[in-house]
Amino acid sequence: MSSSPEKLVYMANQIGKFFQSQGHDKAVPGIAEHIKKFWDPRMRKQIFAHLDTGGAGLDPNVLEALTTLKKA
Amino acid sequence: MSLIQEIDFGTPRSKSEAMVTLTIDGQSVTVPEGTSIMRAAMKAGTQIPKLCATDMVDAFGSCRLCLIEIEGRAGTPASCTTPAMNGLVVHTQSERLKKLRKGVMELYISDHPLDCLTCAANGDCELQDMAGAVGLRDVRYGYEGENHVFAKSGGAPNAAWMPKDESNPYFTYDPSKCIVCSRCVRACEEVQGTFALTISGRGFDSRVSPGMSESFLGSECVSCGACVQACPTATLTEKSVIEIGQPEHSVVTTCAYCGVGCAFKAEMRGEEVVRMVPYKDGKANRGHSCVKGRFAWGYTTHKERILKPMIRERIEDPWREVSWDEAFNFAAAKFKGIQAKYGRDAVGGITSSRCTNEETYLVQKLIRGGFGNNNVDTCARVCHSPTGYGLSQTFGTSAGTQDFDSVEDTDVVMVIGANPASAHPVFASRLKKRLRQGAKLIVVDPRRTEMVESPHVKALHLPLMPGTNVAVLTALAHVIVTEGLVDEAFVRERCDWSEFEDWAAFAALPQNSPEATAIMTGVNPKDLREAARLFAIGGNGAIYYGLGVTEHSQGSTTVIAIANLAMATGNIGRPGVGVNPLRGQNNVQGSCDMGSFPHELPGYRHIAGDTVREQFEAMWNVKLNPEPGLRIPNMFDAAIEGTFMGLYVQGEDILQSDPNTKHVVAALSAMECVIVHDLFLNETANYAHVFLPGSTFLEKDGTFTNAERRIQRVRKVMTPLNGYADWEVTIMLGKALGFDMKYNHPSEIMDEIAALTPTFAGVSYAKLDELGSVQWPCNEKAPEGTPVMHIGGFVRGKGKFIITEYVATDERTGPRYPLLLTTGRILSQYNVGAQTRRTGNVVWHAEDRLEIHPHDAEQRGVRDGDWVRLASRAGETTLRALITDRVAPGVVYTTFHHPDTQANVITTDFSDWATNCPEYKVTAVQISPSNGPSEWQKSYEEQARHSRRIAPAEAAE
Ligand code: SF4
Ligand code: SF4
Ligand code: SF4
Ligand code: FES
Repeated sequence: MSSSPEKLVYMANQIGKFFQSQGHDKAVPGIAEHIKKFWDPRMRKQIFAHLDTGGAGLDPNVLEALTTLKKA
Repeated sequence: MSLIQEIDFGTPRSKSEAMVTLTIDGQSVTVPEGTSIMRAAMKAGTQIPKLCATDMVDAFGSCRLCLIEIEGRAGTPASCTTPAMNGLVVHTQSERLKKLRKGVMELYISDHPLDCLTCAANGDCELQDMAGAVGLRDVRYGYEGENHVFAKSGGAPNAAWMPKDESNPYFTYDPSKCIVCSRCVRACEEVQGTFALTISGRGFDSRVSPGMSESFLGSECVSCGACVQACPTATLTEKSVIEIGQPEHSVVTTCAYCGVGCAFKAEMRGEEVVRMVPYKDGKANRGHSCVKGRFAWGYTTHKERILKPMIRERIEDPWREVSWDEAFNFAAAKFKGIQAKYGRDAVGGITSSRCTNEETYLVQKLIRGGFGNNNVDTCARVCHSPTGYGLSQTFGTSAGTQDFDSVEDTDVVMVIGANPASAHPVFASRLKKRLRQGAKLIVVDPRRTEMVESPHVKALHLPLMPGTNVAVLTALAHVIVTEGLVDEAFVRERCDWSEFEDWAAFAALPQNSPEATAIMTGVNPKDLREAARLFAIGGNGAIYYGLGVTEHSQGSTTVIAIANLAMATGNIGRPGVGVNPLRGQNNVQGSCDMGSFPHELPGYRHIAGDTVREQFEAMWNVKLNPEPGLRIPNMFDAAIEGTFMGLYVQGEDILQSDPNTKHVVAALSAMECVIVHDLFLNETANYAHVFLPGSTFLEKDGTFTNAERRIQRVRKVMTPLNGYADWEVTIMLGKALGFDMKYNHPSEIMDEIAALTPTFAGVSYAKLDELGSVQWPCNEKAPEGTPVMHIGGFVRGKGKFIITEYVATDERTGPRYPLLLTTGRILSQYNVGAQTRRTGNVVWHAEDRLEIHPHDAEQRGVRDGDWVRLASRAGETTLRALITDRVAPGVVYTTFHHPDTQANVITTDFSDWATNCPEYKVTAVQISPSNGPSEWQKSYEEQARHSRRIAPAEAAE
């Protein structure tokens, strides 16, 4: 589990799972903010690149959060 | 400088607020009710002769030396056991008293060797002092009669004589010098709480003995040294004192081992430490300590310490000793080259939780200011980063809420995922003292730890399956919510009510009940309900937790769940309650405070915030990068991927302490320049290109911040053997890199920290010298610091309830890996053991053992002491089995103090969702019999041996 996109997808989904129980409307901004605050730029760049190729494996809330974060 | 003499008041302080006034030798004295006459006299400046009394333990009244006369009362009562009362008129000296005291001393001396001149306690012996004090001039009884002093009497062996016990590595017991005052026995019971000593026999036959006439080493004794400190004679004496002699000056400093932060007097002869004596005014330890702080400082002068800088081009090469300048220039050229080739973000550093606040601050300053990125992290990543996240989300600060004194006001203590008896021994002693006074204890831990069952302590134990903390805590919340045990007034006043309602509705869901979650957690629902009720309505409830909470994939969630529980029961914001992380290393709290995390400047302020960042830019005179940097696990991933190539590691052994060793080895091997700044050639150094010798806590000035947010001074007592304190080395490395930092003394660094960090605004060395210590926040609003936080309101405003849903870890057992491994530590060793393995402490823990339940062992044909192969999805190692029912069936346990064991070869790189704190506490494993070290252990050993070579010095010109 050490090559990049899979690991980052896994980490992003882990964050997503925490916010899940707060409902979609709180979860999406919560996930976006968490990733913005704690991930270094190269990790964000990599996950955005993965998003561009379809974002396989990302849970729906996470996918949505990353999409808004990328636009911001 | 002189030896600091602490006044011995003879009996402990009374906490009563009512005062009484009496007259002693014509002087009027006012003291709290319950104070002994002896203590009252001492307050008035009169020292009544005494032997069996000392203020660390309750009076016993056995020696009869402290007799006094009270007007209107017959007889001569003992002043140590007679309480002061209003209007008493006391005389401490009279013809009758003089005669009685001389008689007592005569008896003592007649059964005591007279070799004072060559005795180790010469100059520090209370028996000697008292003989002088009472004017003893001759002893009428000879030595011919019955005695404990001589091995032979009248040519025949003397049955009353006992040989010395030298089994403990740090102190000796010489029964021939014992006056049977029982101070040691009381110290072991009252101060330490171990009950290892007894007085066996009666009258002339009575003797102090560890356990049932065992040796000290063979007994229950944990070598805390309280008895040695209490002993008025040379009977129990530090071996270092026997060897060196009495100290001549002392300096107050702070222990460099664990997060309790015990204050010590370093008692010195010149620049040689004679002994370390816990300091009574130390507010964390109140005069007590454990074996590590008091005795295990031998590593500071160990022959394996590296004292000269070394470099090498490739890790396959032997090390080459060079001058400091050459080492700095080599390192700087490498780092600059890496940044030119791979970009500014391709280097970073790791700050140390063992170093001082000032040193940590400088390393992060060098990285942010000099390297020009925020790739700074610290070992707290692998232990308490979830604490920072969880508590700042819910309460608004990243730290524990109480001071240690708070435990004295606690009625119900819940200890979760921590074993203070091993990892925070002095706190454990203080806790046990409170438990003996009647407070209740709940222990949530997969293993039946020493806390669950110890003398006079019986806990309600919830033995959960590793990895199910959140489920258990939510089940506790379920009971509290559904049984109407919430402190509604508190929640309405202090917390956000609608968030509370969401949370309460969640907790009340039937799937969160103890009965429904029992399948996953393994906890008996009846016990869980009882624990919840006890905690909610048993009076002041306090939660203490450790790495068993944080080192999980849901570590941050668990911290949040703990905070929820404390808020729901109103247990925040006064003495006796609170949420208290028990921090591992001495300065974990400090290293976090000092901006060691990649996204945060000192004082926990996000790097993206312009106002704060600009303040730092102005002070440091450099532009800072507003983007968060890499965390340790991210650094490793980036190294393997080829974008992170240089690392400066101060005082951490990341190779041994971080999970999934193979992954770490791959990452370190991929880097082009690793700088290790440490005392010893640690495991990480096997993959390093530059070695900068470090200094010990005895060799520098600075401050440490303990688990209670208490900032305490570390004071230099000897010249650094390597030439420079760590903060000086960082400054010189910065200089070689073209980043100037100018300080003449660590106090100037603290002044800069205070100027930039609101919670530290009032901290200065002058204030620390004056007050001894302060707990942050220390500023205009709280000039003397803040012992208890969130009084009257939370730092963040309203307390925030957050829903904590249990998500099972992806590290699961299955047919190939059916057992769950969890890890921990033991008392005598510390963390990766780099220091403690280089002290006499090895007698207690020569190797890491694998604890396994008899049932699991039998199934696998494993006997006690057998070598077993321990395998997980990440790797395998071998170690010897220890069969015990401390662990439940299905669970195995080991420590990680020895590099040979390589327990982290086994651990995986699953981590906490919020902070990437690794999941040390749960790994699915299988166990099988084995013949000895694994292939990996052998090849690792070979690499380490190869890598540690130092080229012979070239002939002098
Ligand atoms: S060293 Fe500590 S544990 Fe051992 S006998 Fe003395 S007081 Fe008790
Ligand atoms: S060993 Fe020391 S403290 Fe203990 S009874 Fe003997 S003289 Fe007193
Ligand atoms: S290791 Fe901890 S408990 Fe032991 S003396 Fe040091 S600070 Fe105190
Ligand atoms: S000191 Fe009071 S009886 Fe010993």
